[in-house]
Amino acid sequence: MALDPEYLSYPRRRYGMDHDRYAWSMLHDRAPVRWPNGAGVALWINVALEFFPLDQKGQPFKLPGGMVTPYPDLRHYTLRDYGNRVGVYRMLKVFDRLGLRVSWAVNSRLAERYPSLLRVVVDRGDEVIAYGVDMDKPHYGGQSEEAERGLVQESLTVLRQATGQSVRGWISPGKSQSMITPDLIAAEGVAWFGDWINDDMPYLFRTRTTSLVALPHSSDLSDRQILIDFRHSERDFADQVIDQFTFLAREARTQGGRVMALSLHPWVIGQPHRIGALERALEHITAQPGVWIATGAELMDTWLAQQDGQKAPVGGAPARDT
Amino acid sequence: MRSDPGLYDYWPYRDRPKIVWPGGKRLAFWVAPNIEFYELDPPLNPSRKAWARPVPDVLGYSYRDYGNRVGHWRVMELMDRYKIRGSISLSVALIDHHPEIIRACVDRHWEFFSHGIYNTRYCYGMDEAQERSIIEDSIASVRKATGQTIAGWLAPALTHTERTMDLLAEYGLKYTCDLFHDDQPTPVHTKTGRFVSVPYSLEMNDAIVFNVQNISPRRYVEILKANFDRLYKEGEESGTVMCIPLHAYLIGQPYRLEPFEEALSYITGHEGVWLSTGREIAEHYIANHFDVALADIAGREGR
Repeated sequence: MALDPEYLSYPRRRYGMDHDRYAWSMLHDRAPVRWPNGAGVALWINVALEFFPLDQKGQPFKLPGGMVTPYPDLRHYTLRDYGNRVGVYRMLKVFDRLGLRVSWAVNSRLAERYPSLLRVVVDRGDEVIAYGVDMDKPHYGGQSEEAERGLVQESLTVLRQATGQSVRGWISPGKSQSMITPDLIAAEGVAWFGDWINDDMPYLFRTRTTSLVALPHSSDLSDRQILIDFRHSERDFADQVIDQFTFLAREARTQGGRVMALSLHPWVIGQPHRIGALERALEHITAQPGVWIATGAELMDTWLAQQDGQKAPVGGAPARDT
Repeated sequence: MRSDPGLYDYWPYRDRPKIVWPGGKRLAFWVAPNIEFYELDPPLNPSRKAWARPVPDVLGYSYRDYGNRVGHWRVMELMDRYKIRGSISLSVALIDHHPEIIRACVDRHWEFFSHGIYNTRYCYGMDEAQERSIIEDSIASVRKATGQTIAGWLAPALTHTERTMDLLAEYGLKYTCDLFHDDQPTPVHTKTGRFVSVPYSLEMNDAIVFNVQNISPRRYVEILKANFDRLYKEGEESGTVMCIPLHAYLIGQPYRLEPFEEALSYITGHEGVWLSTGREIAEHYIANHFDVALADIAGREGR
């Protein structure tokens, strides 16, 4: 028995990446980035507003947080819905008290279902990020371009209309993409996205038309991963958030500004027994000097303004075929 | 297929001939950073899919990429601070993709051993010629890039065949990291050569700790210290080995690296610790303990 000879040939064994989407570089080697007012760490708080349909198809795979039991899975449906009814308002009290602007990744169906919640977000002056259509509509390899373009357009059209914002940021549900998701979102006027978790700072990502800015939205520093997937305690969650900040603040002193992205889900952290852990972590971090509370668009703009010779995200050079 | 891999003898962990490490040290400590390249769209191996989601598995791929772009440098600087030389488990193709990382490690006199060509190319189903070709590729590529002749092997993604150990020994390699049967080096049965298992570790491996066991970063430090304390104590009786295998995409995350430093500080603060590499442990063992071990094993009744 032997493997197909193709299995031992390496056509993309070459300098840099094995695709053409972005240039290889080490964070340590890049020019330092400066944040406003000499801040070391840009704290970027992301809250996901999600709709999990009761009649989940789960195709071609179920996204994290999706229904678990046979239909009708009332217990998971209502527990997710709890976040949008109760948990999020508990979180808002914390954000308001600490004077924190946050970014909201919103499924367009959630915006349609709960317009009053969306108004609360918009009235705070917060940023709305397009987060696909709902948590049963993944973007994935093998999806038809037409079907995927339909999801992108539906999400952006609904959210732009509902918020009056230009909505330039994108996160795919479950951070799942097809090979052409970046091309499709760039074609619809998206300027930055947060699906790739390979950096702690922004970088340029090529598409068929323009370049996107990839922002370091976190999957690791996430209430869902730490508290639900990993079953760590609330104390552990707060410790990890604080440790992340401590490390980045120290690194920023010698290497320039850093982004600290924190991903939150109201159905997780909005529970009465968990909200205190978020409070403790945010109170600690916001009491430190040199913290800039930033939105995705501000991170992109501030970073781009310091990239000499880099292409702006709109009107940039066409990408090579990948 | 066999019911027993036939690679080593049963050899109880008591009354063994005493191991003493160089300088009279009692615990050989080594750190093995896995410096890996995962492909976005590798060819399919009939026995194992590379990614959970349909290509592109953006989460899986980009998470690994974080190690090379961001995490590696942090981990390397931390090891510099504690004067620990890494023994690199290398996806050999990374020499081509990311030569800057290789140069930084060569400058630090770190050891390179092979972890296959890519961590998305598995050995399952290879015939002998194919398996030889990845060993020959590893030897030639690492030698050209670093001047080193590899002595060790950790199978890519821990995928093996029945002939792997024989081939490694035939090519003059000295040790494998793929066996988890002991806390001390042991001889490995191969057709030719003098070939040993150097304890690597799954239990102390950050990939198992974080990706499989989902253990918190601070608890990882407690586990590492407890593992060290016991092995250090036992090392008084006969020298032990402790390895921390690392992956920069995991331990190089700020919230994990922040507490992790305490483990390195604690371990290196003990006088009886030999800060070593996989090759140094294997060579010392082969020169001083290999024959004694074989004789002791052969002399035991009813093993």
